[in-house]
Amino acid sequence: MIIPYLIGSVGISLGLFLNRNKTVNYILIWLFVFLQSAFSVYVGFHYNDTEATYFTFDALGLIMLFTATLIIIPAAIHSYIYIEESEEKTPKTRATYFGAFALLVMAVSAAFLANHIAVVWIFTEITTLSASALIYHHRNKLALEGTWKYVFICAVSITFVFIGILFLSLSLPKAAADDLSYKSLIQHHLLLNTSWLQLAFLFIFTGFTAKIGLFPMFTAGIDAKDKAPGPAAALLSSIIMCMGFVGIFRFYTVIANTPLMRWASLVVGIAAFLSIFIAAVYMIKVKNIKRMMAYSSVEHMGLVMLGLAAGGIGYYAAILHLVLHSLVKSSLFFQYNQLYRVYKNKSIYQLGNYFKYNTTGAIVLLLAFISVTAMPPSGMFVSEFMIFRSLFQSNQLALLIVVLLLLTIIIWAFAKNIFKILFIPVVDFDESNVPKISPWRSVSQFLLIGGAAYLGLNPPMIFVDLIQNSIRLLPH
Amino acid sequence: MLHVLLIIFLITLFYLAIANRMTTYINLLALQGVLLFLVAFMQLSHINTVNLVLILLETIVFKSIAVPVFLRRVLKRNHITREAEPFVPNFVSLIITTLIVIITIILSNSMQENNLDKIFFVVALSTLFTGLYFIASRRKIITHVMGYLIIENGVFALSLAVGNEMPMLVNLGIMLDIFASVLILGIFLNKIGDVFKDIDVNQLTNLKDF
Repeated sequence: MIIPYLIGSVGISLGLFLNRNKTVNYILIWLFVFLQSAFSVYVGFHYNDTEATYFTFDALGLIMLFTATLIIIPAAIHSYIYIEESEEKTPKTRATYFGAFALLVMAVSAAFLANHIAVVWIFTEITTLSASALIYHHRNKLALEGTWKYVFICAVSITFVFIGILFLSLSLPKAAADDLSYKSLIQHHLLLNTSWLQLAFLFIFTGFTAKIGLFPMFTAGIDAKDKAPGPAAALLSSIIMCMGFVGIFRFYTVIANTPLMRWASLVVGIAAFLSIFIAAVYMIKVKNIKRMMAYSSVEHMGLVMLGLAAGGIGYYAAILHLVLHSLVKSSLFFQYNQLYRVYKNKSIYQLGNYFKYNTTGAIVLLLAFISVTAMPPSGMFVSEFMIFRSLFQSNQLALLIVVLLLLTIIIWAFAKNIFKILFIPVVDFDESNVPKISPWRSVSQFLLIGGAAYLGLNPPMIFVDLIQNSIRLLPH
Repeated sequence: MLHVLLIIFLITLFYLAIANRMTTYINLLALQGVLLFLVAFMQLSHINTVNLVLILLETIVFKSIAVPVFLRRVLKRNHITREAEPFVPNFVSLIITTLIVIITIILSNSMQENNLDKIFFVVALSTLFTGLYFIASRRKIITHVMGYLIIENGVFALSLAVGNEMPMLVNLGIMLDIFASVLILGIFLNKIGDVFKDIDVNQLTNLKDF
């Protein structure tokens, strides 16, 4: 079924690129959403099967695929609203947007399920291509700048991953010299040459940081999320980050079974800490609401990686946190479009008194803020608390205290800006042109935030089992 | 002979560090393509003929003809000045490139149990870091692209080193080459040339936090 899915998605994507008819476009994109959902269900029923040699429907892939499908359904709806209400819509931009949308989701889903590092790499390349088309949607000077930076940094980082794969192939023993699947790597974990493996890990990790949004390559993602349309930015800050995580996590699983475990967790931990630090520094001074949300994603990815580096309960917490963050952050980016429609601006100085103009939207913003800063009773409170516990258990008390201080700064900066937007009126804001926004458009955001709280506070047994299964190969 | 070619490849890096004119850079990139063609021809003796022909065609047609011709056209069309205008003096660049090469030699000696020809490792890694340095020290967007192409050449040299055991990786390298070059050169350099009158990175600083 994976081959028909890939061919079908590429076909739909090509059809969208080539066809400029509005009705055909929307039929095709809904067909794609249906195909994606059907494929997810199929994967759910064929748990642990391997198809077409290179794709295994394992626990991690399954969790990520379902998260992606949950996000793309509202993303398609909000994209429809966005494109239809946009002033500069042309048949060409609409067709390109939806074509790139389908291609991006296909590439990300395939990367989740791939069991071979080179296959993950190929699909990562495709996401760069399709994401750049989404970022360049507005076709103006600033969008071009953002796209150029994204493409260039992603191209460099994809080259880094490739070098890492070459070094990885050198670390293999001669007997298994042509098999780079994760399964074979874990099987031969005692025979891997550690010095080549070290170089491979450094390069692969650095390469994937552009996608997951960690230090040192996080800058590309920030500019991209700033310039991409809201629904596309939601994809960039959820499913693309998940893809970067999967790329790092699967290779980390291999290296964690070798004597390099401690060294690798140190590398991951340093990158994670620096990401949180950078996020805190920028959150204080950032005055663009969209960039602020993007920096908040950098912070959360730092926390996820900190959980991974700390080990123990941190492994579980990392995956839980990643899933919850994807749900909450995408709903925040969906909500951003309503905000922009009211104020026609994204500078925090020009936003204010949102409760008056769009009450439902303001409630979403408030709830999303509570979730994203991990205040109880949001779901992310649970996962973040588990990450702190894992740090405590691995005797990283000093690190834990510094991270908590940085998080306090982030919460303060975030709260200061969000409460200004919600309550404080803007001087000489022209109220006459404020459009009425239907509360129905916020339903999907409520569902996503509510779903995140549910998954965090009362996770269903099957979800817990899947997470436990995906971290089964890591040493405890 | 293989080693001679690789050392010539390394020397092109030093030349890149001190060269001043854009056309020299383009000629050097073409020369690197030819060198990679010869290296691929000598190194990949155990892979099947069709694959070898594909690799050779990619190096000679794509790396040493198509990309340089295209870069020249971009230079002409956008009236880019002939000087490279680096941020640092050429002498410093030369010293940094030398340091990079020395560090990679030390690194290659510290690798235990080498199942890779050391000189491939040194050439590939120093090309990679020189490319990164090239990107950081030059001002124009087109020189950034050239820096990226230098990195690609280094990676390609490294993939040739393991090419006999894993031809698949060489093919992936070719895919990366074509994909990234088409994406970066084809679409965006053209677009950027049209939108921004003088292609200088200083113009790409409008995305700010506040």
